[in-house]
This record gives sequence, structure tokens and C-alpha cells, in this order.
Amino acid sequence: MSEEQPIAPHGDGRNAAFWTPLFLAWLLALLATSGALFLGEVMGKAPCVLCWYQRIAMFPLVLVLGLGLFTSDARSVRYALPLAAVGWSIAAYHLLVFWGVVSEGLVPCGKGSSCADADVQVAGVVPIPLLSLTAFSGILVALWMARARATT
Amino acid sequence: MSRKWIVLGTALAVVLAFVAGVAVFTNRSNQEVKQAAQINSEALVRPHSPVFGNPAAKVTIVEFFDPSCETCRAFYPIVKGMVNASFGQVRLVMRNAPLHHGSDTAVKILEAARVQGKYWEALERALAAQPQWASHDRPQPEMIWALIGDIGLDMTKARADADGPAIDQLLRQDIADMQALKVDRTPGFFVNGTPLREFGEAQLKALVQQELKKSATP
Repeated sequence: MSEEQPIAPHGDGRNAAFWTPLFLAWLLALLATSGALFLGEVMGKAPCVLCWYQRIAMFPLVLVLGLGLFTSDARSVRYALPLAAVGWSIAAYHLLVFWGVVSEGLVPCGKGSSCADADVQVAGVVPIPLLSLTAFSGILVALWMARARATT
Repeated sequence: MSRKWIVLGTALAVVLAFVAGVAVFTNRSNQEVKQAAQINSEALVRPHSPVFGNPAAKVTIVEFFDPSCETCRAFYPIVKGMVNASFGQVRLVMRNAPLHHGSDTAVKILEAARVQGKYWEALERALAAQPQWASHDRPQPEMIWALIGDIGLDMTKARADADGPAIDQLLRQDIADMQALKVDRTPGFFVNGTPLREFGEAQLKALVQQELKKSATP
């Protein structure tokens, strides 16, 4: 029987040092999700196609990480990382489209709202894809920290 | 155990902040729409706008109306019934809000009928057959001409009027007023200049009752 525990077991693990960074990642996902819902459902800004793909990556993180926190289950990091990575990539691409680095002709935007539109901003200053990229970056860093702490 | 409470408490705090944000935002946008209605009060009723009911009524319902809109069609008998049941105290003023594809043509045909004093007859024919001509992906507003062929219009004149500059100008005015009053969906109601913010039949009736009471106590 080895003394090593590669990943903290189920339950209120005593050496659950991963919990705090996991909590931070979940908090970021929760804030980003409520922010996206507020912009879309309350302020009535129709999400463009790329926004929808980022939502698809962000919304499940609240549940996956939330359950991981609830049971102090470090394995939730493993399931959250791919979602966060995919979301980060789409947010980065969206920001390039918004800044005009990538031509708008390549954007899969149909009849709905344009992903390169100036309307994709909060308070007319901060581009929404930049907020999204910041949130996904923070989540990735926090998840990486949680993984590092869980395995040592 | 305490960690579970941290998670639950945080989730609850975010939900509460969200609800508070909704309340603040709704309140602010309601204020904005009210202000727009106050500043642009002259945009509510124009001399060309069709009026149903007693022209000297104390309470005026202004309806921004799209002939292709299903909810406008469903509300038409309700609003008309309110005017009829008010013993001349409520009148209805129709404004054009062509938000759907093809609605501009429909509005022009109805306005051509208005020039000959047959607006309401034409409107009722058009609404009755709305499912046939107003499909959102393939609208055929030209079908309205056939529907109003027997209400006693000089059809040659009506067709010329519909394409004429006077009705074009009138439609542009209605659209400009709609934008100034921040109407972005139909039907958009104003009762004595107060916008109906929470949409619904009961809410509209309550707003009309409120204005009737106000006008009764000077």
C-alpha cells in the first residue's frame, strides 16, 4: 500500500489545498455567466454566433466546478480544463475579429447581430470579447493552480 | 461543511445581485422611455393619424401598429372593445410601425384607403386575412388590394395614392416618431402619453382606468 495519493479523494479532504483556486475559477465562471445573461436577457443585446460558442463553454463551468467545490473533488479540474481552453480560443478569435485583425468575411455571422459590431461593448468602452477572454484566462490560471496543488 | 456554505452563500449573493441589477436596469429604462414620451409628446399624434372613437375623448390610446404583427391582430378587438365600452371617454389613435418585412407596402395600401375615408374597413379586411398574406418569410402584402376590392374605393386613385409622395412622406414621419418614442416592438401603447411598459391586456386596461380616474378628478 503506497502512502501517495495522486489526487485528493472524495469528501472534505484534509489536504484540499486546491479548493481556494478552484473556488476562484468557479466564481469567475459564475460572474461571467450572470454577466452574459444580464447583457442578453435584461439589456436585450442579441448574442452573435461567436458569443454563443463562448457561452456554450462558459455556462457548464458553473455546474462542473460548483459540484467539484461541493464535494471537494479535484477531478472536476480535469473536466473543466478542456471547456475553458476551448472558450479561451474562441474568445481570442472573437477579439481578433472585433479589432479587425481577422477579416470580417471569415466570420460565420449570418442574419443575427454582427460579431465585429461596435455594439459588442459594455458602456461603449470595453469590448465584450475582451471581458470574455479575461474571464477564461483567469479561469485557466486558477484551474492550473488547482491542478498543481492537487497533485503535490 | 463550512465550504459548502461558502459556495451556497456566494451563489446566493450573485443571484441577489443579478435580481437587484434587473430591478435597477428596468427602472432606468422605464424612466428613459417615459422621458422620451414627455420630450417628444408632439410625436404621439399627427394630424394624419386615423382616430377611432370620440375625437374629443379625455383618454387617448396611441397604438404603434404593424399590420403584419400577430399580436397587433390579437389586440385589435380588445382595444376596439375598450373604446366602444367607454361611452366616448376613450379614443384610439393608430400609428404605423412597419417593423416586419413587407409591412411598409401593407401600410401604404391602408393609408391609401384612409385618404378615401375607408381606413378601418380596409384594416379589418387586412387583419382578417393576415395569416394568408403576412407570412414572415414570404409576405405578399399586394394581396390586400384584392381583399379591399369591394369596400367602395376608387381603386385607380387608391393605387396611385399608395405609390405617391404624400403617403411616402407620412410613413417616414411615422417611422421617425416611432424611433423618437423608443418603440421597438409592436403593438406599442401610450395612454395619454404614458408608455405601457409591462405588456399585457390587463396592464393596458389598468393604465386606461388610471387615466380615466385622473381625468374625472380635476
